[in-house]
Amino acid sequence: MNIVRALKCRECGQEYDIEPTHVCEFCFGPLEVVYDYDKLDGYFTRELIESRPQTMWRYKELLPINGEPTVGAQNGFTPLVRAKNLEKALGVSELYIKNDSVCYPTLSFKDRVVSVALSKAVEFGFKTVACASTGNLAGSVAANAAAAGLESYVFIPHDLEQGKVLGAGIFGTRIIGIKGKYDDVNRLCSEVAGKYGWAFVNVNVRPFYAEGSKSLGYEVMEQLGWKAPKHIVVPMASGSLCTKIDKSIKEFIKLGLIEDNNTAMYGAQATGCSPISRSVKDGTDLIHPVIADTLAKSLAIGNPADGFYANRVINESGGWAEDISDDEVVAAMKLLAETEGIFAETAGGVTLGCAQKLIESGRLPRDESIVLCITGNGLKTQEAIADAINKPRIIDASLKDFDALAEADGFEAAA
Amino acid sequence: MSVSVRIPTPLRKLTGGADEVSIEGANVGEIIDNLEAAHPGLKERLCDEAGEIRRFVNVYVNDEDVRFLEGRATALKDGDEVSIVPAIAGGC
Repeated sequence: MNIVRALKCRECGQEYDIEPTHVCEFCFGPLEVVYDYDKLDGYFTRELIESRPQTMWRYKELLPINGEPTVGAQNGFTPLVRAKNLEKALGVSELYIKNDSVCYPTLSFKDRVVSVALSKAVEFGFKTVACASTGNLAGSVAANAAAAGLESYVFIPHDLEQGKVLGAGIFGTRIIGIKGKYDDVNRLCSEVAGKYGWAFVNVNVRPFYAEGSKSLGYEVMEQLGWKAPKHIVVPMASGSLCTKIDKSIKEFIKLGLIEDNNTAMYGAQATGCSPISRSVKDGTDLIHPVIADTLAKSLAIGNPADGFYANRVINESGGWAEDISDDEVVAAMKLLAETEGIFAETAGGVTLGCAQKLIESGRLPRDESIVLCITGNGLKTQEAIADAINKPRIIDASLKDFDALAEADGFEAAA
Repeated sequence: MSVSVRIPTPLRKLTGGADEVSIEGANVGEIIDNLEAAHPGLKERLCDEAGEIRRFVNVYVNDEDVRFLEGRATALKDGDEVSIVPAIAGGC
């Protein structure tokens, strides 16, 4: 059942037909997909959803494609982990990790948005797809395009982590490194998109692409037993994910799938690129662009397109925003790995580190349910922690040498 | 003095399809006023009622965001390139 009604300007409300376009012709405001939810009355039930395969597409009525997905049919449905060890470490009673560091096929939540964007691009008849990326998106576009038989171009800042460059290049995409920051890449891409007639996932098909993030929120609610948590902490670059998870919760409430639990949204940024966090802390909705400078490159967007809306969602939901230093990012990456066995990328360190700070300051209560959204995999950002982890101790293949080492560690041989 | 202004796809209906136009003006504010004179309707799309550049519009002079320069007062010289770019998203 297709319930997509139109594209609607988030600023002036003007509606547009479903086309590859992303800004309002009248006020330049961003366009968003709107739906006729009433059509789902009595049809879109928990039972229907539970009867479907465990992929993000079990919620397909709430994703803006026609019929079945043609790209990324297996994507999504990542684990929600009860983080018992981390609960002890942080002194909280109910903590969960939504672990998109193992999202299929490229180990980041971008596989969600890309499968929607490319399925839509195929519907529109595009043969070439492209993106501006801080890394994860490049890999996901390249992989999903390869699997779908589409041509692709990916544009990245020239100084990205090797894991992200290789993790896109392997798929045979045309990879372009831009001398500049992500914001420069973004600007170039918006001009390229107008000129070449490709489907740029985060330019002309962005309204559809962004909707894919909602699937992360749907899954969290279903995995909690059809319940929204009290608090959700998300990393913020453009601010889009924060707004889409909030939208996913409102949709499930509207559809009667869950009760309203007054979920509060919390945004996490690295201090070296924290325009949204700054605005929340300063009590303003004006976002001042910054020149990004942080280890958390996937979040290094100095001019966040959805910053204004993320700020509003955070304020209206009763949440907050926080930011942490690069050293705190690395420490949090280690903490997550050592307590829960999850190797998150730098953005995951940002999310956990900010959550720690929010708990310590009392903004996040210790006795209510908290979900941390981990959106990418640490194997792609190894440079960030290379100097912070233990190196292997090198010994000869000699039992005597090992015995000495084990003794130093306090271990005795079993009798 | 004359500068070239790159027009984004959503605004080309107002410039008769042109992706680049040549406009006179000593600063960004004058360019916007003169764009409006040449292509009526452009200014209200770029600026709010108070005349400030809209939240979702980025204006660049030779690849530098005017928010990091002097906004509408940013001075221009012959041959400068002005780009108008809608805000777009990436990252999370």
